[in-house]
Amino acid sequence: MSLLLRLCEWLATTSGSIALHESRYMYLIVLSVHVLTLCLFVGTAAIVDLRLMGLTMQSVRVSEVMTRLLPWTAAGFLLMIISGALLFYAAPLLRYQNIFFRAKMVTLVLAGVNVWVFHNTVYRRVAVWDQDPVPPRSARVVGGLALVFWVVLITLGRMIPYQVYWFDCNRQPQPAIVNVLAGCNTDSR
Amino acid sequence: MSLFEFCERVQYSPLLSAMRSSSWVFPLIASIHLMGLALIGGALLVVDLRLLGLGLRHQPVAQVARDAERWLLVSLLVLLPTGLLQFMCFAATKYYYLTAFWVKMAALSLALVFTFVVRRKVAMAEETRMNPVWSKLVALVSLSLWSTVAIAGRLIGLP
Repeated sequence: MSLLLRLCEWLATTSGSIALHESRYMYLIVLSVHVLTLCLFVGTAAIVDLRLMGLTMQSVRVSEVMTRLLPWTAAGFLLMIISGALLFYAAPLLRYQNIFFRAKMVTLVLAGVNVWVFHNTVYRRVAVWDQDPVPPRSARVVGGLALVFWVVLITLGRMIPYQVYWFDCNRQPQPAIVNVLAGCNTDSR
Repeated sequence: MSLFEFCERVQYSPLLSAMRSSSWVFPLIASIHLMGLALIGGALLVVDLRLLGLGLRHQPVAQVARDAERWLLVSLLVLLPTGLLQFMCFAATKYYYLTAFWVKMAALSLALVFTFVVRRKVAMAEETRMNPVWSKLVALVSLSLWSTVAIAGRLIGLP
C-alpha cells in the first residue's frame, strides 16, 4: 500500500476530519466558499489572461493590469487552497481515490508551471511589449493556456462528486485501468 | 396553464427527458455554468473595485466599464442558457418548490436592471462630475445584488 494512501487513511481517522465530514453545516459552508471564490480567483485571473491575449483593456499597460489585479487573484487563490484543503481533509480517502480529483491536482500543477514559466521568461521582457494592444505570440499562448487550464479545473472539480456514478473503488470488479488511475487498493481482496 | 403545469410540461418534454437520462450532461452543463460564474465575477469585480477606488484605480472608470462590458455580456451568454437548461431539467420536481430559486430570479432581475441602467450610467459619466460617495454606493449595491444571486444559486445546489 502506498505511503500516500496510508497517510490519507490516517487523516480520515483524525477527529477534525470526522467532525467536518459529519457536520450539518460546516462542510457545506466550506464547499460554498470554495465554489463562490471562483468569481474572485478565476474571475480576476481570466481578465489578466484576456489582456495577455489582447482581448480586453488594450489601452492599459499589461504590467498595470497585472499589478492591480493579481493581488486580488492571489487572495482568491489563498481562499481556494484553504477551502480546498478542508474539503480534502473532510474525506481524504474518497478524494485520494477519485480520478477527477487526481486529474484536477495534475492540472493544477500544470497551470502553476504555466504561470511560473511566464513570469520567468516572457514577462521578464514585458517592458518591450507592455504597451502593445495585442501582446506577442508567446504571451498570448500563455494567456490562452491559462484559460484552458481554468476551464479544465472547473470541469474536473465539478465532476469530483459524480465519480460514484461511474466507478468506485469499493465496488469491484472495475476495469484494471480504472483501478490503476484511481489508486484502488485491490491486493487485499 | 398554471406555473406548475408549465414546469411539468418543460421537465417531461422528450428533449429534457433524454438529457436527464444521461449521467454526463447535467454535470457538464453545471460546469459550463460555473465557467460563466467565474467570468462574470471578473467582469463585475474589475468595475466595482474601480468604483471603490481599488484594482485598476489609475484608469478612468468609463474605460474600465467599457472594456469589461463585452465580457459581462459574454458571461451572461454562457450563464443564461446553461442556467435555463438546469432549470428545465428539474423544473417541476425541484425548482418550482425552491425558495432559493425564486429569490435568485428576483435578485437576478434587479441586478441586471441595476447593472445595465444605473451602474452603467454612473460608470460612463464624467468622473469630475461624479460624487465619489455615490460611485462607492453604486459599487456596493452592485456587489450585494450579484452576491445574492450567487449565494441563492449556491443554495439551489445544496442537498
